[in-house]
Amino acid sequence: MAAHRRLEVSEVGDVTVVRFVDRKILDEASIQELGTELFQLVEQENRGKLVLNFSKVDFLSSAALGKLITLDKKVKARSGKLKLSNIRPEIYEVFAITKLNKLFDIKDDEADALAAF
Amino acid sequence: MATELWPWKADLVIPSETGAGKRVLDDVLEQLAAHDWSEHDVHSVHLALEEALVNAIRHGNRSDPDKRVFISCKISPERLWIQIRDEGAGFKPEDVPDPTDEEHIEIPSGRGIMLMRAFMSRVEYNDVGNCVEMEKQRLAR
Repeated sequence: MAAHRRLEVSEVGDVTVVRFVDRKILDEASIQELGTELFQLVEQENRGKLVLNFSKVDFLSSAALGKLITLDKKVKARSGKLKLSNIRPEIYEVFAITKLNKLFDIKDDEADALAAF
Repeated sequence: MATELWPWKADLVIPSETGAGKRVLDDVLEQLAAHDWSEHDVHSVHLALEEALVNAIRHGNRSDPDKRVFISCKISPERLWIQIRDEGAGFKPEDVPDPTDEEHIEIPSGRGIMLMRAFMSRVEYNDVGNCVEMEKQRLAR
């Protein structure tokens, strides 16, 4: 398994649970790195069921949203499933304004997300 | 008197580096907290300024080290006013496709301006499109 700097990756059954290391997903270099690590999970490690747990994240910019959209496309292209969980209200507002709450399957917590596969 | 209306004012010129933008942002957020703005309002301003600075540095100046970003900011207990100008060619905000349209929803860019408009009370661009002026009226206490 590749080493991750921006992510904590664990497995629950056949589902990969990803937690973000950073509280603020902001600067360009970190977002690039985050994208690379996320895409690697799908493209190189062939993980088809993913939960992204946002419990640590309290700030997300539009550039980071872009990476999530690209990840979602990559997962769908391989007939995989991606779920998001533990999104705090301020961040959920960002998803709602951009209507990305319709694109992503967002669950309240990790248990709900795991149960939904 | 103007000083009473705006207890904190700053005029800054920064290079086209996101690190320089972050220092400005930290100062502004510190001032909002010092003026007792709510966490929600501070988060809103944080997001809008982050997007506007990234737009100026990356899209406006295209990270050109010879180009600068000019920032004027005023903060009161009730209101924040900020103007961010880059040295780029400008753009027409109305030409940016609506990222919430079904046909654009999967395009990974184009959401910054939408978030700025949602989180600030007023967002206006000049005719050239290289200068954005934003205001935030804090929520009632």
